[in-house]
Amino acid sequence: MGCRISVEDIAFNYPGGATVFTGISLAVDEGCVYSLLGPNGTGKSTLLKCMAGLISPSHGRVHLDGRDIAGMQPHEIARQVGFVPQTQVSPFPFMVRDIVLMGRASHLGPFATPSAEDEEIAADALGRVGISHLADRPCTGISGGEWQLVLIARAIAQRPGILLLDEPTSHLDLGNQVRVLDVIRGLAEDGMTIVVATHFPDHALLTSNQVAILKDQRILAMGSPEEVIGEDTMHRAYGVDVRILHLDDPFNRRICVPVMGPSRGTAP
Amino acid sequence: MRQSSTSADVQTNGGATVTGTAAANQAHNRSWGEQHPGTILMLLLGVLGVLAFVALMVGRYMIPPETVIAALLSSVFPIEETWAATATSAVVNVRIPRIIAGLLVGAGLAISGASFQGMFRNPLVSSQILGVASGAGFGAAIGILLSDSLVLVQILSFVFGLLAVGMAYGLSRVRSTTPILMLVLSGIVITSLFSALTSMVKYVADPMNKMPAIVFWLLGSLNHVSAPDLMILGPIIAVSIVGLLAVRWRINVLTMGDEEARALGVNTERLKVVIILLSTVITAAAVCMSGIIGWIGLVIPHMGRMLVGPDNRYLLPISVLLGGAFLIAVDTVARTAAPAEIPIGILTAVIGAPIFAVLLRRNNPGW
Repeated sequence: MGCRISVEDIAFNYPGGATVFTGISLAVDEGCVYSLLGPNGTGKSTLLKCMAGLISPSHGRVHLDGRDIAGMQPHEIARQVGFVPQTQVSPFPFMVRDIVLMGRASHLGPFATPSAEDEEIAADALGRVGISHLADRPCTGISGGEWQLVLIARAIAQRPGILLLDEPTSHLDLGNQVRVLDVIRGLAEDGMTIVVATHFPDHALLTSNQVAILKDQRILAMGSPEEVIGEDTMHRAYGVDVRILHLDDPFNRRICVPVMGPSRGTAP
Repeated sequence: MRQSSTSADVQTNGGATVTGTAAANQAHNRSWGEQHPGTILMLLLGVLGVLAFVALMVGRYMIPPETVIAALLSSVFPIEETWAATATSAVVNVRIPRIIAGLLVGAGLAISGASFQGMFRNPLVSSQILGVASGAGFGAAIGILLSDSLVLVQILSFVFGLLAVGMAYGLSRVRSTTPILMLVLSGIVITSLFSALTSMVKYVADPMNKMPAIVFWLLGSLNHVSAPDLMILGPIIAVSIVGLLAVRWRINVLTMGDEEARALGVNTERLKVVIILLSTVITAAAVCMSGIIGWIGLVIPHMGRMLVGPDNRYLLPISVLLGGAFLIAVDTVARTAAPAEIPIGILTAVIGAPIFAVLLRRNNPGW
């Protein structure tokens, strides 16, 4: 299980000069699910975009299988790295199957249109996330949860070894959150390397092998979820009190629950 | 701790189905055309053929269909002429070049509009958004002001069309990328600049002959298309149309936005340059040949989307045929409806607007 993707001492500044983060290093091993936690605005999305080669870090390097991605063409990166962004639905009412088909772009020449084989790969990807029934629906007429699954299916059709997901469970109801997590877990079991930015410590506990917390431009803590997601670290990261509880058999796992003091409004 | 059983239940059937309220009971609403784009394409090809043939027949000088066919054949095979020589001349020397020009200009403006709408992710833009028409109009205006040479007018028009878009593109570069919003704003700036300059040329032009010539030219017409024009500009437009058709599926990917398209492996900056260059060459060549004809680049792609949906694999070829057929039809009206020829730029809007309004009210498109 070697390292698939790593960032080395990277920093990102906005053109105006404001620093998003600095001195970040992390390495993601093959088949690992790596969660990025941290408050709003700490640069989780920015870090993922640097890892996907979509923006260039102001300092430091990103390595893909030991190769610096700064020198790679978009289609070379895209064959290795799938990126599931947080986006609005397309302005045009494309069929869901046509959206997923776009995942094949990195495998096709500049003047090519997708073949029957590409259509098949796209159909498989839809089946993989359980939304084959949406194939012929316009993407402007589906729910937010369905759109998230469409984007994941599109990334699967790309056939990458590494999948980067930017807050895939935000804006989803509880049922769709769990469905997305289930898909992520299934992909990891098939050997895909996954990095996921999330706002939910519980989701990191449910799915990941490794966790890093970004805070104040740096990494506050990194390691296994059990080590990192503790009451003290969560307080330092988010400034609120949480309790880490243990669910007994058959689940045998930890959960993270926010707690609030007694309401000040109702004091006698 | 008591474990909640609901989360386990959801997980067991998770991934199999997604229960969104919109998902369950909404029927598939793909139109017949979206399911049979090939049939629509063939039908349109037939319509285009019929329209072209009708355009050969009608005009100030009406020619019966059998004479049109005979005149067409006589230009290829040695057939003894049993009809008036003026008919052959009207068909072969006047109407055919004009119909080919209408086909190329209409097809070119429509496909560049459709490509731009995809690239800008906005169905409200046309191929003129980066200032090509405004720049080409200015070039033509100074050409008319300074000389009586039609060739010079055309060259200046073409060069200023490209120059305007080059300026808009240069203005929108931010750290070796060209964000869509910057492109739109730069296009607005350049368009305004060249419109103002054109107004200034009109203001200083001789109001007895030069100014009407500029105004009439800006309104657009296929009246002064010549065979040499077609020999030079025709292949330029045709090759650019083929170029846009070649990247039509990539334009689908580009509609997801620059960042997503790049994540999917598309070299977005290169693709955008290709689309801008081809569309601009088409529009500048079209303006050279026929003046400024608005409306087609905006509305034909919408009509195409109503027929076959938003997939550019089908929308771009459909736009080519629709645009060509529409301009041939409008030009036929322009040269037959009134004693004097009506400027085509006026007619495209006068005819196109009600058609589009009706389509818009009847089908409620999903964009």
